[in-house]
Amino acid sequence: MHPFQYQRTETADQAVAAVAQDPAGTFIAGGTSHVDLMKEGVLHPSLLVDVSGLPFKQITAHEGGVRIGAGVSNTAAATSADIRQRYPAVSEALLAGASTQIRNMASMGGNPLQRTRCPYFRDPTQACNKREPGSGCAAIGGYNHVHALFGASAACVATHPSDLAVALSALDARVQTLGPDGPRTIAFPDLHRLPGDQPHRDTVLAHGELITSIDLPAFSGRSHYLKVRERASYAYALVSCAVALEMNGSTIGRARVALGAVASKPWRVTAAEALLAGQVPTEPLFRAAADAAFADARPLEHNAYKIPMGRNLMVRALLETNGLQPLQGPAGTAFAASVGGVAGQFAVPR
Amino acid sequence: MPATGKSLDRVDGRLKVTGAARYTAEWEVPGLVYGAVVDSAQARGTVQSIDVAAARQAPGVLAVLTHDNAPRLQPIPEKIGGTLFRGEGGITETSQPLQSAAIEYAGQPLAVVVADTHERARYAASLVRVSYAGQEPDLAMAAASRKTLPETFLGNNEEKLQVTVGDPTGALAAAPVKLERVYESAITHHNPIETLASIARWEKRNGADFLTLYDTTRGLEILQEIMATSLGLPKESVHVICPFVGGAFGAKGWLYAPALLTAMAARVVGRPVKIEWRRQDMFAVAGHRPATRQTLSLGATRAGNITALRHDTLTHSSQSSGYTEPCARVSRMMYAVPNLGFAHQLAHLHLPSPCPMRGPGETVGGWALECAIDELATELNLDPVELRLRNYADKNPETGKPWSSKHLRECYARGRKLIGWDERNPRPRSMREGSQLVGYGMATTMYPAGRKEAQARATIFADGRALVQSATHELGNGAYTIFRQISADALALPVDRVRFELGDSALPPAPTSGGSTTTATVGPAAQAAARAVLAALISLAVRDAQSPLFGATAEAIDAREGRLVLKAQPGTGEEYGAILRRARLPSIVATDGAKPGEERDKYSFYSFGAVFAQVRVDEASGSIRVARLCGVYDVGRLMNPKTAHSQIIGGMAMGVGATLMEATHYDARNGRAVVRNLADYHVPSMADTPDMQVEWLNIPDPHISELGARGIGEIGCVGTAAAITNAVFHATGQRLRSLPLTPDKLMRT
Repeated sequence: MHPFQYQRTETADQAVAAVAQDPAGTFIAGGTSHVDLMKEGVLHPSLLVDVSGLPFKQITAHEGGVRIGAGVSNTAAATSADIRQRYPAVSEALLAGASTQIRNMASMGGNPLQRTRCPYFRDPTQACNKREPGSGCAAIGGYNHVHALFGASAACVATHPSDLAVALSALDARVQTLGPDGPRTIAFPDLHRLPGDQPHRDTVLAHGELITSIDLPAFSGRSHYLKVRERASYAYALVSCAVALEMNGSTIGRARVALGAVASKPWRVTAAEALLAGQVPTEPLFRAAADAAFADARPLEHNAYKIPMGRNLMVRALLETNGLQPLQGPAGTAFAASVGGVAGQFAVPR
Repeated sequence: MPATGKSLDRVDGRLKVTGAARYTAEWEVPGLVYGAVVDSAQARGTVQSIDVAAARQAPGVLAVLTHDNAPRLQPIPEKIGGTLFRGEGGITETSQPLQSAAIEYAGQPLAVVVADTHERARYAASLVRVSYAGQEPDLAMAAASRKTLPETFLGNNEEKLQVTVGDPTGALAAAPVKLERVYESAITHHNPIETLASIARWEKRNGADFLTLYDTTRGLEILQEIMATSLGLPKESVHVICPFVGGAFGAKGWLYAPALLTAMAARVVGRPVKIEWRRQDMFAVAGHRPATRQTLSLGATRAGNITALRHDTLTHSSQSSGYTEPCARVSRMMYAVPNLGFAHQLAHLHLPSPCPMRGPGETVGGWALECAIDELATELNLDPVELRLRNYADKNPETGKPWSSKHLRECYARGRKLIGWDERNPRPRSMREGSQLVGYGMATTMYPAGRKEAQARATIFADGRALVQSATHELGNGAYTIFRQISADALALPVDRVRFELGDSALPPAPTSGGSTTTATVGPAAQAAARAVLAALISLAVRDAQSPLFGATAEAIDAREGRLVLKAQPGTGEEYGAILRRARLPSIVATDGAKPGEERDKYSFYSFGAVFAQVRVDEASGSIRVARLCGVYDVGRLMNPKTAHSQIIGGMAMGVGATLMEATHYDARNGRAVVRNLADYHVPSMADTPDMQVEWLNIPDPHISELGARGIGEIGCVGTAAAITNAVFHATGQRLRSLPLTPDKLMRT
């Protein structure tokens, strides 16, 4: 590990000022992703400003919705009754990710900022434009089993690994930040960037800009998150899907659908959303929407399987959100989110 | 009541769960400094230059070793104790670390930075700059430029790798029913939770160099010998210590670069050095199960008698190792097939060296065979169990020898009852549960019941307690526990008055703990040593005029419950301690050993079993979950049902991993391991591991040893993969012939 300075601050303003003045400075909250990357030689910040002591630890009612402080742990958010009941997709996404120990440490502000699981990013001897701009992309032409179908560039085909981010995108959450130029609000779907020719920039956040809360807007529909992974627990998604569905009588008022693990950001499928609006929900409709969602998919050598898998998953997520098919487990739990369930005689323990 | 056969709690359990058990990296050695390794970014070529200037000047750095300045090593010996080390079919790599500029695989150690703290060493290692003269590496088996046909596995003439019995080609051509299938399996890594570590300390003893090595090893004596020959020392000048191994599964036995690097670094800096390898390094230097491409050809009559079997394997090793995954180990002995052929082709790639991994050959070779047998059953419209019964081998088909003990029919019968085999609808794709497909599958399993030679030392103390010692290993297998039980019985003492020590090369020698041989090997040695010390105690007693046993013949005396007594008059006798105290002896010691004999020429020694699986398949997502696993095993007499149960379910869980998720990928262009951590290399989580119903017949093997006990470390892993894969076919109607069965494999694109 490279030598670095470590600093705790009393206020968010001090934290922002401290990071802003050091071009190689960064915030650290739970450290569940960042510290690993420092040990692997991927990141070498000169300054870590610890924001875990800042007073962003509340979940409060806010403008008819819920404001989640950036310092709230993933566990606290996932198990909050308010979130579990009103925004089950958020609880499901959180609980279907990582492990209990990691969720206890990881913060809500930090989770959406975790870096890609592209294996080439994590090995400093490999070419990676995200880690080292201009070095190339080893995943293109390499082992790209977990890589992007959408929005990739010649410089980068990495995906974003956060489950939470997919749910927040479908719910059109808003991110409150404090930066060197003061506070601002970012619509969640605008937080992450496509790689273009600057894949080292994951988000639109400026250097020294700190997430202070995530706001879930008022929502009276149903939301749900589904995830396919290579083992039943503690694995990143191969494909995931979040749905936020509002009915208008017997037709769909508004459906928002975000796909996970297929792009460098949660992938909102707006064409499919448009196709769903105003329609009577049926399986053929959902299948048509899924076909539309994946029409522009551009598979690489090893990830074409994500297209049929993703289509099937999106159809199921819509069916289950709408109630045409039962959830696989209680809403707001990992069992509802985990396709295939767990090993043993019952997919959901009885 | 004998202690063996009882479910004694693990005697080292408390030490392990409280952190008090001392693992290699935890030894406190005064003056210790730390090594960090720089590895190769390229898979083939030469190191043009290494710039160590910045590293040398970094804080705390004591030395940087590269091939330019590292001590020279003597070559790895041709053979040790009958095991082939060098060449085709040999067990290890012959290239030793930092001896030349040649690069044979990505991840190869190119430099060691030694510093006063671990963190400073790691930081300085990041400052080393290597210039390469790279060449195009060979990374694909089929296209490899160097392929060989190794003659034997590890130089063992009993285990030839290219064999023809009868006329398999002719019999295949003539068979009314035949099938040929290709099965592929991925590279997998042992990934024990304890990563590799070594601590080396040099000193002068009587004016000569002496090396103490703490190492994560399950082969104390081989490591001692390798270190001695490589470093040019007498064997007695190397002391290897390892009382606890944090899991091995085939690793930590046959690859020596980590220990050699540590010893070299310690010699250069003149201080004890520790090198603790990181998880990502394990994918380069710790060994792995190589990938395989296996072609199974079966010929049969319409009635289901298999007339011909060919099993041809293409696998791979590194540039300097001839290790060859022996994939035909099950095919050569399982069924009564008159015409049998198998071959093993080895591609030498620019990848790290492979080594055995739990069920080497059996796990993936048995998977291919047992899947092919299942496919044949479908072809013949026969029940898969019935097909196996029709081809039941009453003697070893390759050698013609009778089995030492085989009760496989009982395993099939019990297993099918446990899983509910006869209640299933046998038609593929006919069973559902909600939105998921349900399927049942089964496979036969086996493991060779090996036994080797070992020595042990037994000591009885004047307080009536005893100590038995042998340089075997505790890998999580329960060695401390069962050898205490066996020793207690042989000494006629309660288990709480007997201790068993292991893990130190200064103790009487025992072989490498591998091949499921430890119980059958060290158990009889402990018995022999116990008997020898009792004999010594008897001879002391009968010559002692004060003893109630004075003048008796040795044959007239028996050891019972800590006393020597007259067989004819058990009331006459005395406690062990009393004899020693009167003789003013603090203790009495004897060393003895045990080895297999001519029974090995008369019989074929194997354990057997039947594994049944039930799976649920979510076809739309490709997700497979194991609903139930039932295994019934014929593994001789169990020394401790509790630790045995743990061994077997651990093996089955590892089999679940090999079947559903474990795979290591190396970049096809530069040979670097792509997946190098336990978040992305998936081993089964609890949620992937079903309830496992395990039963055993507990029938002693009458020929293996007086204990009747066989090793059980690996048989749980063998068989599981085929049972699950066959169940996936029954659920879906799809034959998946490539391990692991990850969700993408079920997607039709």
